[in-house]
Amino acid sequence: MMKKKAIIEYFLPILGYIAVIVLFAIIVTIFGEGVTTFKEYSLWKFLTGISWRPATSPPKFGSVPLLVSTLIVAGTAMLIAVPLALATAIYIAKLSNAFTKEVLKPIVELLASIPSVVYGFFGIVFMAPLVQKIFHLPIGQTGFTAGIILAFMALPTIASISEDAITAVSKSIEEASLGLGASRAEMLIHIVIPAAMPGIITAVSLGFGRAIGETMTVLMVAGGALGMPHSIFSPMRPITATIAAEMGETPVGSLHYHALFALAVELFLIVVVFNVIAEYYHEKFSHMGKV
Amino acid sequence: MMDKVKKEHIVFGIIRLLSYASVFFLALLVGYIFIKGFKVISFRFLTDVPRNGITAGGIYPAILGTFYLVLVSFIFAVPLGVLSGIYIAEYTSDNTFARFLRLSVNMLSGIPSVVFGLFGLAIFVNKFCFGVSILSGGLTLGILILPTIIQATIEALKSVPYSFREASLGLGATKWQTIKHIVLPVGMPGILTGVILSVGRAAGETAPILFTAATFYTGRLPHSIFNEVMALPYLIYGLLTEGTFPDKQIPIAYGASTVLLLFVFALSFVAIVIRVKSRRMKKW
Repeated sequence: MMKKKAIIEYFLPILGYIAVIVLFAIIVTIFGEGVTTFKEYSLWKFLTGISWRPATSPPKFGSVPLLVSTLIVAGTAMLIAVPLALATAIYIAKLSNAFTKEVLKPIVELLASIPSVVYGFFGIVFMAPLVQKIFHLPIGQTGFTAGIILAFMALPTIASISEDAITAVSKSIEEASLGLGASRAEMLIHIVIPAAMPGIITAVSLGFGRAIGETMTVLMVAGGALGMPHSIFSPMRPITATIAAEMGETPVGSLHYHALFALAVELFLIVVVFNVIAEYYHEKFSHMGKV
Repeated sequence: MMDKVKKEHIVFGIIRLLSYASVFFLALLVGYIFIKGFKVISFRFLTDVPRNGITAGGIYPAILGTFYLVLVSFIFAVPLGVLSGIYIAEYTSDNTFARFLRLSVNMLSGIPSVVFGLFGLAIFVNKFCFGVSILSGGLTLGILILPTIIQATIEALKSVPYSFREASLGLGATKWQTIKHIVLPVGMPGILTGVILSVGRAAGETAPILFTAATFYTGRLPHSIFNEVMALPYLIYGLLTEGTFPDKQIPIAYGASTVLLLFVFALSFVAIVIRVKSRRMKKW
């Protein structure tokens, strides 16, 4: 006997597609608005131009300095975040007692719940003056300052996924290495970490994607200077900050409006690359446990 | 042999030290903002409108605006996200197609928030002519939290033991009856946790509402979903970057940040309590 379907079950397949539909709509919209730029402005100049000057005439939309700023800020963030996050993951997974674990995990999660504008606020009122003082800089709001703040924003993502990967490493290979005379530290460094590597790569890729896409913090803390940054200690304006700062005062449908969408396309493509890397290694490490 | 033990102590010491960095940073950030913020917060600060170009008075309109934005995003994203998660978890088998659906959800969750903002601007504000409004901003935030809710639902349902379903189906229940009366109630704590955390996310996000909903200052409270609104995160940003009297406006930003932090921490706390309780109730 065929059982009767509930009415809602007829709608479920459509609802199941909602993520695909939204993703598709976002891609079509962003690309559609962005590509229009290149009817009036050369794609080559957009990709290789080293000056972004939307207000001059003729305007210049070279995205290289913005991209470089993005990579500097996100790169700095990763240099700080990855060691901290890995240590946190190892500590929670292998070294802490039950109580410390129950305290440390929610604290790391709380970091993830803090709104980015509050991070930006803290960056301006606390971190920027501190960085300025320590490094004797003319301005405290620099790519480096933004990188420090971003590191702590990316830390929960990296730590929690790495922890899952480290926990998933099979007990038997740990015991085997201990049995062969390795110390616990040697076991961690030479056995557990390499075995968890696909998961750690997933974690770092996702964290990097997150850092590249973060907007408010870099808008507030990175300094906002247009032009090519010459060191990590100079004020700069990454892609996200440029979109956020300029879209408000741009007439809808103008060349500048479309150029900002073209920036979004660039941003989107970079983030997708890192998400695909993450996804690829995630597949690997989700199969690992089954061996 | 002694060397090995010493080395191990050093390595573990370093790991322990580094792992406390996030605790230190969190304490620093929260302490720094709370100490200055609680000096400003009073009953009047929470219930009064801003006065004299946001140099005095309260932040009530921004709290109300954020509430409306979260409400719209909630109404839009929660039913859609949960049902979509149910479909992906329960009605697709683990084949290429299901993986494609899940990949789309993951991709969506990785898109930077400012890109959602641009999408909202192009579609809701301009194409649908909703203007800069609660509706546009709420929908944009709704789309932003949608993948989180779908992921939470999928994970929650996947953690329900398969034998529960078999028992229910074996007793003659239909698939939908099984989901409605067995799978959903058991998975509910996980779904609830995801929903609560995404409400916090929607309340705190700034980039998606920059060009779709928020205004730094408006003299009147919103009376329809087509009005632009003040919002807590945008108020904090505006006070720091557009403010003309920093010595009077920065304290208000501390107060607003404290309110926002207390709100998201309260939500996280509720989520943690639900998780701990459901883990304790679990008997399988």
